[in-house]
Amino acid sequence: MTIDEWLQNALRDADRRELPALRPLLENLAKSTNALRAADWNLDLSGKSPNTPPTHVH
Amino acid sequence: MFTERSGPPKPARTGGPTLAELSRSLQSRSISSETATEGCLERITERDPSINAFITVLADDARAQAHAADQEISAGRYRGPLHGVPISLKDLIDLRGTPTSAASRVRRGHVAANDSVVSARLRAAGAVFVGKTNLHEFALGTTNEDSAYGPVHHPLDPSRSPGGSSGGSAASILAEMCYASIGSDTGGSIRIPSAACGLVGLKPAFGEIPIDGVVPLSSTLDHVGPLCRSVEDAAILHQVLAGASSPPLLKPRELSGLRLGIPRAYFFALLDGEIAQRFNEACERLTMAGVVLEDVTIPHAADSPTVYLHLALPEAAACHAQTLERQPQDYTPNVRLRLEMGRYILGEDYVRALRGRDVLIHEVNAALHGRDGLLLPTLPVPAVKLGAATVSVGTSEEPVRAITLRLTQPFNITGHPAITMPCGRTQEGLPAGAQLVGMHTLDLLAVARAIEPLLDPS
Repeated sequence: MTIDEWLQNALRDADRRELPALRPLLENLAKSTNALRAADWNLDLSGKSPNTPPTHVH
Repeated sequence: MFTERSGPPKPARTGGPTLAELSRSLQSRSISSETATEGCLERITERDPSINAFITVLADDARAQAHAADQEISAGRYRGPLHGVPISLKDLIDLRGTPTSAASRVRRGHVAANDSVVSARLRAAGAVFVGKTNLHEFALGTTNEDSAYGPVHHPLDPSRSPGGSSGGSAASILAEMCYASIGSDTGGSIRIPSAACGLVGLKPAFGEIPIDGVVPLSSTLDHVGPLCRSVEDAAILHQVLAGASSPPLLKPRELSGLRLGIPRAYFFALLDGEIAQRFNEACERLTMAGVVLEDVTIPHAADSPTVYLHLALPEAAACHAQTLERQPQDYTPNVRLRLEMGRYILGEDYVRALRGRDVLIHEVNAALHGRDGLLLPTLPVPAVKLGAATVSVGTSEEPVRAITLRLTQPFNITGHPAITMPCGRTQEGLPAGAQLVGMHTLDLLAVARAIEPLLDPS
């Protein structure tokens, strides 16, 4: 699901629940989730991403 | 029956004696626990109406515990450095027979059937519990403003927040209503109020202190630890909380040759001018004393806020799912909205955040490699005004929540132990804090003990 799709679904749900104060929080959350998904440490199983940082193995 | 030979211990610094100083006086019987406890209760009566640090004051219980402590000490049954010392507990931590409100109407009517693990250890060590302190509701905030019991006011400036979420704990110590407190820290909730109030606050290593009997917020990020007046106090409390049979002899490290990394870039990009100045002055003193300071990088530090958000909120939402359905009206509005927001975060993004956490753990480990710690400011701004949504940092206006969490939350994500210590004051008299991060809590405490006098020589 893209973040745009997620946001539209979430905003519709916030309206259905009559929680308008949730809208700006969800819009800010969408920005944060975009940043999370854009981070270069996300997995790319195509193998095309060149510089995935090493991780600590638990 | 005690006779007071030399009265209460003289304070080592402005604002009251340390726990260790009181402890030595109690052990030598130059003061009684009853006297020390009564003094705390008097100051609670006198000062707390304007500070609002306490939700529950346990005056009768405290007097009984103090009396019992005095009898045991005089009979030669000394339990250790916490014996007879009045402390407070954040009202998130179960204490047998008392409510654990979490500063919320959601928990109206709750009474703890049992001690939490940490309360049981403190009780066994002979601590005297003067009360349960106010907090940001369910620990989900950094200002202590959203509480069913009203905001806590900073003892130095009532128009300001003492920081949060363990704001009541910090205020209770600063106003001399107790000698130490136990708080919780999910994004900075021990270290933020400790820095804002000029205290020492320790977030031990993740998992080191049991959180059984503490109302949870985020299972990946929750820590329990002490707020107090000195590193020596923090070490005493840490050992009791960790369940050690006796406190270690905390021998400070030699200053000369200590190597500390300073993580620049992200951690210094948004910093109040006076906070930066106090930190730089402290660094100069450390350098003159032979401490080696080296710039280091944590390349993905700037991802900390989004990683934190996508871990903390869904975990918190999961804790609160039932009560959000059954009794949403019992939450304060802001806390309810943040928890509701957490319920919308997708599982795949939570898993992304877990990977980000792994990256940050690796990078902080790398920055610490071959060094005795990382040193940075704790709170980028002085204590913020109550009711403020934003705060000026240089030429920009920053949201209060984001700026107060900025320097502490990365080490909740990674789980490294971190301690804040006083680092001077602004021209307005507001405290600044410096944060030391390490690999292991006991090593961290030894280094902290060594550098503490140079961070704030006042």
